[in-house]
Amino acid sequence: MDLATFGVQLLNAIQYGMVLFLVASGLTLVFGILGVINLAHGTFYMLGAYMAYGIAAATGSFWLALIGGMAIAFVAGLALENVFIRRLYGRDHLAQVLLSFGLILVLDDIRQVVFGKDVHSVAPPAFLSGSIQLTDNMSYPVYRLALCGFCLAIAAAIFLVVQRTKVGMVIRAGAENREMTRALGIGFDQINRYVFATGIALAALGGILVSPISTVFPGMGDGMLILSFVVIVVGGIGSIAGAAIGALLIGLTDTFGKVFFPNISSVLIYVLMAGVLLWRPNGILGRREA
Amino acid sequence: MAAYRTIIAVAVLLAVALALPFTVPTYYVQFASKVLIMGILAMALNLVVGFGGLVSLCHAAFFGLGGYALALATPKYDPASFFVSFPFAVGSAALAALIIGALALRTRGVYFIMVTLAFGEMLFFLFHDTAIAGGSDGTFINYKPEVAIAGTMLLDLDRPLVFYFAVLTCLLATIALLTMLVRSPFGHALAAARDNERRARSLGFPIFRLRLTAFVISGAIAGVAGYLAAAQFGYVAPQMLGWHLSATVLVMVLIGGLRSVAGPLIGAFVLLGLEEVLKTATEYWKLIEGLVVIAIVLALPDGMRHLLIAAFGPANDDTPTVTSVAEAKHV
Repeated sequence: MDLATFGVQLLNAIQYGMVLFLVASGLTLVFGILGVINLAHGTFYMLGAYMAYGIAAATGSFWLALIGGMAIAFVAGLALENVFIRRLYGRDHLAQVLLSFGLILVLDDIRQVVFGKDVHSVAPPAFLSGSIQLTDNMSYPVYRLALCGFCLAIAAAIFLVVQRTKVGMVIRAGAENREMTRALGIGFDQINRYVFATGIALAALGGILVSPISTVFPGMGDGMLILSFVVIVVGGIGSIAGAAIGALLIGLTDTFGKVFFPNISSVLIYVLMAGVLLWRPNGILGRREA
Repeated sequence: MAAYRTIIAVAVLLAVALALPFTVPTYYVQFASKVLIMGILAMALNLVVGFGGLVSLCHAAFFGLGGYALALATPKYDPASFFVSFPFAVGSAALAALIIGALALRTRGVYFIMVTLAFGEMLFFLFHDTAIAGGSDGTFINYKPEVAIAGTMLLDLDRPLVFYFAVLTCLLATIALLTMLVRSPFGHALAAARDNERRARSLGFPIFRLRLTAFVISGAIAGVAGYLAAAQFGYVAPQMLGWHLSATVLVMVLIGGLRSVAGPLIGAFVLLGLEEVLKTATEYWKLIEGLVVIAIVLALPDGMRHLLIAAFGPANDDTPTVTSVAEAKHV
């Protein structure tokens, strides 16, 4: 493998890891703060991609699709928290698993009614649709580079909000010790719904952003849900930094696995997860109690 | 009081189960076989979920492995021998449960859910992405397994009636085995670990080994169910291993109630009956099923027991509650 090929694969791996991070950080945030495991997270990734297709097809603008899709997901997140998820606070994991499974069935059929079950693709915005010539016979799409930059910006924004703002302080306190935070009179129940809606919006954002570089199909949410879980198990639950490490590791393993060991590439990330479980059962950055 | 009510209920159910194939059309006999098979799977899962307190999302993988084992053991133009293919199927499922369980049981709570889900999907992708037994299309099993010793046919599983009774026998054996396990010291220790892991550990129970044993037994029985399902439909596909089936079976467990051995069987009957009705009524049956699942989770956290208690008043639990065991030992 020459240097150019290696570079392209490395970029692919990082870009894949970035998208994984977006989706998984939403999931880990919701679990860390709300204590709710949401299996319907992957479904919103899929819905995000379909909304991007729907809005882009109707308006011709990828940017409208980006903003509109996220806004719809955020509002849907607020509504879902209000109607269903808030009833799960303090309930056992079984109830959370099954309620979100019920949501998957409902949302899947809603997608069926609104968008059908066809496979679609979305055009990237015009000025990002070119590609950069690397060598004589190798080029790299501009959109993928822009995607990397955009995801980095979002990741930085998440870090800043969580680490540097007052809201972030409340979020961290709530993740650390829910009862104590409440006992100190901090109104962190109000923040729950916005955290949930943000998590959903991040999942949808992941779906919107990948829609120009991969196909939009009904089963894409399931695959992403499993990958997000692997990312979180590897990185440690509730930790944004852990999600970042896990996402990059999975991105690298999957991309280079496909290059070097094409026959067993689909199993490699699970081997990685098994290895982490043997080494640190609570994830690389996980705490003892989970 | 409660004891004779239970006995009457069991007698009536058994009589219905025995009389059923002689009174209804073949289609319903096959539907009943399907319910019993899914009931076996749901009861197996409940050993881990209800009695072990571990929410597993990979039991469909063990179920699917049992089915695929039969598919791989069946030659193209001949039936497989039951006495070879059945142990092969159960053994494969048990081995997978041993490996996955040993890794997943290093974790707790929500991690356990995510790890079992991920490993289950790994097996799904293994059969979906490779050419083993037809890849994503699945494969047909042209002949039902042959139950024969030295060339003499003992059971003709091709006849729906015979197959139904074979499944019923497996179901009763499963109920007997699980009841025995749950009431044994092993079952009590398992439930003690569910109710208070720290206390059970400090009392010297080998938690990891107890849970792994339960997980492997449960996986093996799930393999039995998968073997039977593959034999009934003559077809296996990767969807058999997918986590949507695992979650559906969890719903059956919840409907039937987590604290009883045979409850999940009722859950299987209720959920499959509902699916059967909804599928004929509307194209969007999954939407309604999803809403029903959500409603059950929110309104009936104890499953049908809730309704039964509302209708008949509380019955004495015939399985000793575990808290009392743990408390007694504590004192």
